Amino acid sequence: MIEIRDLVKRFAGTERPAIDHLSLTVPAGEVCVLIGPSGCGKTTTMRVINRMIEPDGGTVHVAGRDIMSVDPVELRRSIGYVIQQIGLFPHWSIAQNIGTVPRLLGWDDARIATRVDELLVLVGMDPSQHRDRFPRELSGGQRQRIGVARALAADPPVMLMDEPFGAIDPITRARLQDEFLNILRSLRKTVVFVTHDIDEALKMGDRIAIMRDGALVQYDTPESILARPADGFVESFVGSDRALKRLALVRAHEVLEPGVALPHAHAIGPDVSLRDALAAMFAAGVDALAVVRDGATIGIVTVATIRRHALAPAPVDTAAASP
Amino acid sequence: MLVEAWQFILQHPDRFFSALLRHIELSAAALAIAIALAVPAGIAFAAKPRTALAAITIANIGRTLPSLAVLALVMPILGTGFAPSLFALALLGLPPILINTCIAIQQVDPDVVDAARGMGMSRSEIVRGVEIPIATPVIFAGIRTAAVQVVSGAVLAAYIGGGGLGDFITAGIAMMALPQLFVGAIPATLLSIGTDQLFGYLQRTFTPPGLRAA
Repeated sequence: MIEIRDLVKRFAGTERPAIDHLSLTVPAGEVCVLIGPSGCGKTTTMRVINRMIEPDGGTVHVAGRDIMSVDPVELRRSIGYVIQQIGLFPHWSIAQNIGTVPRLLGWDDARIATRVDELLVLVGMDPSQHRDRFPRELSGGQRQRIGVARALAADPPVMLMDEPFGAIDPITRARLQDEFLNILRSLRKTVVFVTHDIDEALKMGDRIAIMRDGALVQYDTPESILARPADGFVESFVGSDRALKRLALVRAHEVLEPGVALPHAHAIGPDVSLRDALAAMFAAGVDALAVVRDGATIGIVTVATIRRHALAPAPVDTAAASP
Repeated sequence: MLVEAWQFILQHPDRFFSALLRHIELSAAALAIAIALAVPAGIAFAAKPRTALAAITIANIGRTLPSLAVLALVMPILGTGFAPSLFALALLGLPPILINTCIAIQQVDPDVVDAARGMGMSRSEIVRGVEIPIATPVIFAGIRTAAVQVVSGAVLAAYIGGGGLGDFITAGIAMMALPQLFVGAIPATLLSIGTDQLFGYLQRTFTPPGLRAA
């Protein structure tokens, strides 16, 4: 768990503080996305957590420890760190790159080698083919896989990720988002994820913290932010198509209705989003689709159901209310 | 003429080989001193942008001084002989190494350094494990330039009594004896070319594999 209380950061020569009395709690095992326009303080907030930037006021606790009471070098070894530019060491092999923190922590070579192979498999790369290669021999997407593997190497409970997919082409980005979301969820990592892309935030975040001028504007689940934007700023930030964005968050199997089997041509899988289901209905010129799992129809999704989900406010989630 | 030069060497092998040895000793010692001073200084200055700029500017001025002028300037202060020659040649070797080290360290990708810091490498771990290895090819290029400059400059050490192959050249000029001049000039030239080749090889060998051109 990460607890930020009343955080203040001023940079020399600037009028207003970069972070202005910010308080934020990230529950253990959740992905918290920090988002906002450039200069809103999202990256600064993230970099305070591992003391890459020293705060001027307030407190930050990571897993119960006050970060100011821990040596910064030791603190950083216990927190995974991924940046947009990746920053792989060009003079080291992939294996050496992934083994960086374990080596700093004094693990023996055999344990590091086992861990490196384990992580390569985890991020979808063949160990025998890649461990002895060098960063310049990899594509951008592969490099960021190594960047994430390197951050996970010593199994830190907390991960900081600063626009990790920002420099990657859209198709690879979407695939990496899916894969890493699964990895981070299954490992129960507590993640602070910085982005300026609202679609990425809605996809990756258990909660989204929308920031402006160094302060928190709204901190809520993606569903609640889309359903009840706190003010005009958030509303314009999430975009005029927020009804469609909400549909993208709901899977077909979550809104099944019992129904008659339709011709097989108008069928979708259970994990298809309502947004894609709507597109499929328009394309086929029908009002309902069969939801099929393993060849058997398990229910139907109708236009009426989709309209209801696009318009109805999501149920109030008290746990997610802003502090 | 060349035959006469060759005969001169055969007739005076002791004089030739002691001069050659002196030339190599003088150059190697001067280069060693220059490396020992300029590499650590370059690394230290690189961390402070303003100091680095001042150091590079001064080194660049130093670089434009003719080799003979450096030796001539040393003579009134330190006199003549091996030590003043050594001092002057070491001075000659400093600028290229200092400049290249400073720039090489400064040019290390800041994102790589940020990642290193963010993962919990200490300042000294970053310098030793990341900055120096990545800067190695450029530092070696500076050492290579310095080595050639020192070996060539060592010819001039004869003017201030430093000895070496330059002795044959100065004597050859003074006596208008071309064969003797060649005894100094040709081996000195070959030594410079050989030094360039040797340091080119060392530069490639010490470049970390990940940084070598594909």
